[in-house]
Amino acid sequence: MADAGMLRFHVPEPEVRPGGTPDFSNVPIPKAGSVPRPEIDVDPRIIRDHAFSIIRVLNRNGEAVGPWAGLLSSDELLTGLRHMMTLRTFDARMQMAQRQGKTSFYMQHLGEEAVACAFRKALAPGDMNFPTYRQAGLLIADGYPMVTMMNQIYSNEADPLKGRQLPVMYSSKEHGFFSISGNLATQYIQAVGWAMASAISNDSRIAAAWIGDGSTAESDFHSALVFASTYKAPVVLNVVNNQWAISTFQGIARGGSGTFAARGLGFGIPSLRVDGNDYLAVRAVAKWAAERARSNLGPTLVEYVTYRAGAHSSSDDPSAYRPKTESDAWPLGDPIVRLKNHLIALGVWSDERHAQAEAEILDTVIAAQKEAESHGTLHAGGKPSTRDMFEGLYAEMPPHLRRQRQQAGV
Amino acid sequence: MIEAIRDAMDVSMGRDDKVVVFGEDVGFFGGVFRCTQGLQAKYGKSRCFDAPINESGIVGSAIGMAAYGLKPCVEIQFADYMYPAYDQLTQEAARLRYRSNGDFTCPIVVRMPTGGGIFGGQTHSQSPEALFTHVSGLKTVVPSNPHDAKGLLIAAIEDPDPVIFLEPKRLYNGPFDGHHDRPVTPWSKHELGEVADGHYTVPLGKAAIRRAGSALTVLAYGTMVYVAQAAVEETGIDAEIIDLRTLLPLDLDTIVASVKKTGRCVIVHEATLTSGFGAELSALVQENCFYHLEAPVARVAGWDTPYPHAQEWDYFPGPARVGRALLETMGA
Repeated sequence: MADAGMLRFHVPEPEVRPGGTPDFSNVPIPKAGSVPRPEIDVDPRIIRDHAFSIIRVLNRNGEAVGPWAGLLSSDELLTGLRHMMTLRTFDARMQMAQRQGKTSFYMQHLGEEAVACAFRKALAPGDMNFPTYRQAGLLIADGYPMVTMMNQIYSNEADPLKGRQLPVMYSSKEHGFFSISGNLATQYIQAVGWAMASAISNDSRIAAAWIGDGSTAESDFHSALVFASTYKAPVVLNVVNNQWAISTFQGIARGGSGTFAARGLGFGIPSLRVDGNDYLAVRAVAKWAAERARSNLGPTLVEYVTYRAGAHSSSDDPSAYRPKTESDAWPLGDPIVRLKNHLIALGVWSDERHAQAEAEILDTVIAAQKEAESHGTLHAGGKPSTRDMFEGLYAEMPPHLRRQRQQAGV
Repeated sequence: MIEAIRDAMDVSMGRDDKVVVFGEDVGFFGGVFRCTQGLQAKYGKSRCFDAPINESGIVGSAIGMAAYGLKPCVEIQFADYMYPAYDQLTQEAARLRYRSNGDFTCPIVVRMPTGGGIFGGQTHSQSPEALFTHVSGLKTVVPSNPHDAKGLLIAAIEDPDPVIFLEPKRLYNGPFDGHHDRPVTPWSKHELGEVADGHYTVPLGKAAIRRAGSALTVLAYGTMVYVAQAAVEETGIDAEIIDLRTLLPLDLDTIVASVKKTGRCVIVHEATLTSGFGAELSALVQENCFYHLEAPVARVAGWDTPYPHAQEWDYFPGPARVGRALLETMGA
């Protein structure tokens, strides 16, 4: 054997850094409609290629094409559009509120609205999501009151979480939205546990786990795949690949596996990649995976290929680590624009109606914001009491906490 | 004590079909210490099953099950193996009720054999209780005998919040006074080895006075209760021995009443000294009993080293070390 010389240490780098020209030519984008739609009881080995392709429905002309199309009525699509537009407007207002000092922190969904908004509509009442901080679309699409979300963001007197949690760490059992931890990846295995419990109880409800591309590197992700695979848990394992984990490009978490969906193959879990900016594709794949779970066929891993067009959070400035125009170069476009164009192509929507809807939504969001702010914002007006800080840790307050509460004078 | 722990799970599973038991080797085989023997055969594989070797997965999935509405009672094979699950325990289980304002709760029990005395070396001997008592939102229990083990475990399973249940493995087969070269008395010949049939509970947060006395108070739990008893007998000091049973919530009233009576306090635990639970106990005694104290509060604990293999009995705080502390605290 030839002398290989010194060992070399490898650190992956994104194609382009600030100052460079955005280039996604290395991201192969299959034609819409080109990926087959298998039966839900397919042998995962047969659909191995689905982990390396991208399921797409909407083509460049705004037409819905291929085997994953044709599932949704115009009304359902219009509702989906409204959910995504609402989320985007909600984000813009809350981002601005953070800049105005009305709260400490905010995380927006810009460019990723289709993923959670479409997924929620593929679930049934009683199903449970274990979300990350970038799935508020699950709440919007399920009709959770925006005022309540804002009350949480403002940590005001009407905050259902009593000011104990960072902004956007919502919780609503009623709306199938598990309490967001703020830790990364921990919820992934919890979702599998919830699904196992549903199966143990011979229930019909399923769970959905959520994680970002970066956090798939956590060991909890591995734990979840082991448990989901071993016990055939009725769970949909979602990976939202928005290309960036704060400043770290997805190649650092992904390593040499090609795609995140490919992680599922070693576990015998059917694994699919879907165009995360295509509302119709997300909804069709989510429905397929949910049906598998509900039919005792076990888990499905779904990678949503999307792009985080905004900053990671209100504390982040992406221009420090990626070209400013990279978002515009993203080859899968914008989810709202794409669904809007499809509805126009269908003849049920127009630019005028879109502008009118935008104005209506803005009015609704502003009205909700006004109402929420009447209950206070982080530094002004009504807020949770110091007493609330001591309560609710245990079902019954233990003596040492009672003593500390007395010391605090509340 | 193994039978008592198994009986507690058996009784709980029989009364409530939401109780599920799982962990490594827990299902078909019944656990490496046999604590779950027969439960799978009796209740089926949905209620008692083997888990992958993945402690964060065991605890993480249990949290999800609890959020669903089940009451998981899981086993971590040795307390030394809990570290991969520490994130799930401390940042998830402990805070779920609080962070969701009661929207979701986490009634899980995490059982784990604790302590040394079986030549388990560094990775089968640790006593990590202070790592749990330091965490807001957990309860931490350490039984010292079969009667308590059963009653406390049933109470833990019925508790609406997460409970860490540390089982002193040196006590599984009989009480242990720290004299490793003497024959073990089996639980069948010990009064606290008597375990009532059926359902009963020993409430969490209540200590037990194992020996009434007036000269000095010994605070101990788990294996060290018997070491303290041996030291008291060997020194002839009229000490009051308090078995804490639950470390959090702590029965401070019983501790304070005793130390105010005796004026002296020796704290004994097997875990390492520095930042151990004894430091918390010592501070509480000082804060609450300062003007009644006749001598400094003393601590006897494992040395601040990893638990060694060959030197196990040099590490273990046995009756000789405890006895010396008792005599010093008496001013002898």
